[in-house]
Amino acid sequence: MVSETTRQQVVAHDAVKTKPAAPPKADGTRQHPKARLRNWGTIIVFLAPALLLFSVLVLAPIVLAAYNSLFRWNGYKTSPMEFVGLDNFSRLISDPIFHADLVHGAILIVLSLGVQLPMALGLAMLLNQRVWGRAIYRTVFFAPYVLSEVITAVLFLMVLSPDRGLADQILGALGIDGPAQGWLGSRATVLYGVFFVITWKYFGLHMILYLAGRQGIPHELTEAAAIDGAGPWQTFRRVTLPLLGPTIRISVFLSVIGAIQLFDMVWVLTGGGPVNASETMAVTMFQYGFRRSEVGYASAISMAMFLLSFIFALLYQRLVMRRDVEGATTVMRDVR
Amino acid sequence: MTISPRPSRESAFSRRSFLSLAGASAGAVLLGACGDDDGSSSDTVDFWNIGTADPLKTIWPQMAKDFEDETGTKVKLTSMENEAFKAKLTTVTQSGEAPHIFHSWGGGVLKEQLDAGLLLDLSDEAWLSTFTTTSLSPYEIDGKTYGIPFDLGMVTFWYNKELFSQAGITAPPTTWTEFLGTVDKLKTAGVTPIALAGQDKWPAHFYWSYLAMRLGGSALFSSALKDKDFNKSEFVRAGELMKELVALEPFQKGFLGAKYDTPDGQAAAVGNGDAAMELMGQWAPSTQGSTAADKKGLGDKLGLFPFPTVAGGKGKTTDAFGGGNGHAVGVDAPRAAVDFLKFISKIDNQRTLAASGAVLPVVTGAEDAIEDPNQAKLAEYLASATDFQLYLDQAFPPAIGTQVNDSVAELVAGTATPEQVTEAITATAGR
Repeated sequence: MVSETTRQQVVAHDAVKTKPAAPPKADGTRQHPKARLRNWGTIIVFLAPALLLFSVLVLAPIVLAAYNSLFRWNGYKTSPMEFVGLDNFSRLISDPIFHADLVHGAILIVLSLGVQLPMALGLAMLLNQRVWGRAIYRTVFFAPYVLSEVITAVLFLMVLSPDRGLADQILGALGIDGPAQGWLGSRATVLYGVFFVITWKYFGLHMILYLAGRQGIPHELTEAAAIDGAGPWQTFRRVTLPLLGPTIRISVFLSVIGAIQLFDMVWVLTGGGPVNASETMAVTMFQYGFRRSEVGYASAISMAMFLLSFIFALLYQRLVMRRDVEGATTVMRDVR
Repeated sequence: MTISPRPSRESAFSRRSFLSLAGASAGAVLLGACGDDDGSSSDTVDFWNIGTADPLKTIWPQMAKDFEDETGTKVKLTSMENEAFKAKLTTVTQSGEAPHIFHSWGGGVLKEQLDAGLLLDLSDEAWLSTFTTTSLSPYEIDGKTYGIPFDLGMVTFWYNKELFSQAGITAPPTTWTEFLGTVDKLKTAGVTPIALAGQDKWPAHFYWSYLAMRLGGSALFSSALKDKDFNKSEFVRAGELMKELVALEPFQKGFLGAKYDTPDGQAAAVGNGDAAMELMGQWAPSTQGSTAADKKGLGDKLGLFPFPTVAGGKGKTTDAFGGGNGHAVGVDAPRAAVDFLKFISKIDNQRTLAASGAVLPVVTGAEDAIEDPNQAKLAEYLASATDFQLYLDQAFPPAIGTQVNDSVAELVAGTATPEQVTEAITATAGR
């Protein structure tokens, strides 16, 4: 034990002295420069396919969209592209529909984080206990996530249909009248209707994530807490919740990115209506790109979406998920 | 760009339409995979159509087979549902290619395709003279013809005779004031007067366009487009008249979220007898039938009347607003593609199409093959039409057409004033 530690210290010392030195190998001997070169060769060979795919499928479209967003163009390859600089972006900034998109996105994010995730967490905690039929509940709650977005949306079109739909039928039996124009037909309720359907589809995913995270927490910890006299709430608050941190941070991340990019569900459920009341950035982009043949402006919208997602992802990784991610990278650094 | 649905469109919920859609996509993938091998050879003609439901689903393959028997040229059909077709055609045409023959509604999209250099000029085909002049108009750009129609119809009110007589209405209204009175009577009788698909937007644009046309005639539209100015008094007045209608709350519950051809949509509301009328094109009866709970629709109880006139307006009751279906030919298509269109335009084949009830014939002399009395009446209206205007969302470039739909939808929802509607359209036109 002692000798191992000492040797590591020695190696580290050497490495500092002979900079740039080959990184230490696992057995502590120094790497030959040729071996290092061969290492790089291996890395390049193995990375090349992924890098190529990433460039072609991710980087190139981003660059292309950024380029297109500077033009007025109807999308036809043979049609002229008129350079307009940043006009598309200044139009975007003053477009009330885009403002509304941002507000809708924010509302959906707040609702997801404030309602959907806590609900999934609560269910996960319940289903972590010995409940009769636990496996059945878990399967049933997870099932909606397996359905495609379009199928879910079509299903709920029928459920939320005015008067005839299941929702209004049940409410009617309870003596409650649904909204006068139906859940998806009035501007006041449509966004909440959409959120309801999103929640129905995705809470199961988050529940399973939390459940898996919860099961990764060693039993000894809760046991110890119990011995120390902690009640159920204290155990949850002081032991379970902190240890679920990494899972919760991932689940929040998925939720927010999902809300920024939301398209399919809204498109089938409401088409963004009535009168843009449930429109998201992605729907607006589709409207301009495919309905109005304003590919330049649509590209500008897609760039805005990209930047928002990108900035959010960067900040989130940097500020929130740093603890979770850093462990992984420092280990990597050491090994190499 | 929103394009009016086809007579053959099925309900979005039915299993069959899902299957046909799946089949169409699979077919498209297969076609894409082998397109280079045999798609461009001169003895095969690619034919992209939207006949995914009967009767066209049967008629097109039959005609393709007849054509092959006669000429030895194969016609390869790619049938896609409306929206899937538009999305795929947009992608393909934007990349600079065009199928040999593809479905077209004419108007603004056709113009874009022409500007992109994708269309074959068909003006010199002698057999164009067999068509009615109105039917060719959606495909005419700067005096040249770039498409061959197979269907032309117009938008009229379709009404439930039984519900009308229940409400004590003896004759369909002929003026806008009478029309508003009719709506009142229906409401008093406890009947939902009008079904409207608010989510789809284009059905609402029929009202606004027809009102503007009754006020100023169809010349109004072309001059507005040319001057890029829709702030004309007729358009504002049309919006005001439409607001008068909206203020009566004539539409079914949840209309702002309703689609056209779903089981709880506009067509179904009329087909099920839940609403007394709708303003719709020639495909209305067949869509009412396919979306209604009993899969039949109203049958004999269904009647039609032209859009009412407006006091002091220049337009006549015989001025028609509508559109049709046709085919355009890709610029690199083989001669056989044009021959196939000529083949399906032969009088016998036109009579087959007319008898199917799915389309209104466009070749002179085929009208007598129409079997449905309502369709026959519609054909008469068309034949005696004093003016013809293509749907605005198709006649105009896509950006402006979509803006018309969006702005009128805002008017219906009460979030925009008539002036804001014309300003928004003008802004888009000037962009």
